[in-house]
Amino acid sequence: MANSAIWYLIPALIMFGCGVYGFVTRRNMIAMLISLELMLNAVDINFVVFNRFLFPGSMEGMFFTLFAIAIAAAETALAIAIIINIFRSVKNIDVRDLNKMKF
Amino acid sequence: MESVGSIILYVVVALAMIIFSVLAVTTRKILRAATYLLFTLFAAAVVYFMLDYEFLGAVQIAVYAGGIVVLFVFAILLTSHPGDNTERLTSKKRVLGLVAAVATLAVAGYALVSRCVHFAEKAAIDGPDMDAIGTALLGSGRGEYLLPFEAISVLLLACIIGGVVIARKR
Repeated sequence: MANSAIWYLIPALIMFGCGVYGFVTRRNMIAMLISLELMLNAVDINFVVFNRFLFPGSMEGMFFTLFAIAIAAAETALAIAIIINIFRSVKNIDVRDLNKMKF
Repeated sequence: MESVGSIILYVVVALAMIIFSVLAVTTRKILRAATYLLFTLFAAAVVYFMLDYEFLGAVQIAVYAGGIVVLFVFAILLTSHPGDNTERLTSKKRVLGLVAAVATLAVAGYALVSRCVHFAEKAAIDGPDMDAIGTALLGSGRGEYLLPFEAISVLLLACIIGGVVIARKR
């Protein structure tokens, strides 16, 4: 056990499914962003696991995950800036109330 | 030969990852969702450590658990009352979400399970040491990553400026 890639891929897959469920059902924009982070992390784990089990001598999957983490950090910071700006205009971050492009 | 300790560690980490990610999308308090996300990220970091990528596990803890979750908590406290429950889901919305999630799980799970005989056993290697990682990150040869590294630095600068411009008071 824990010596085959499938034992690491199944928890990551369930994590991705949770992210999909949360992204569809949540209304709050920050909760949607949290679901998005879950999905991103599941994909990162997949990259690392395939790198470790199929190509143990090289580091491509690891570097892909490293850059994905950096881009996810940038994306989250920008998304939260947008959310705070929306909150300042509408006093609400429920996606149902955001039906105008310009305030 | 696997030691009993590594099997126990694996079971704990896998269960933590599954349970906390389910809780993060089903809890009705938004601050608790952020906390469960933090635990899930820690479990992912432990997976990286278990697979001998110590540098990646450290980056995961420093950037995700230390940076992004703190940003989430600040944004939650700025935009909502932490004690509030979100309203209950309508059953239509929940069914839609469950259908999307189960369809994803079924397709990807079938693809994984039907091909899992091709997966190799974990080879016993040492994880990449810092020397190799640093050389690969800042070299410009084949399989080295100087250009993406510099592109990331420009991207982060653009992100800082964009964040300041978007979130400033008018």
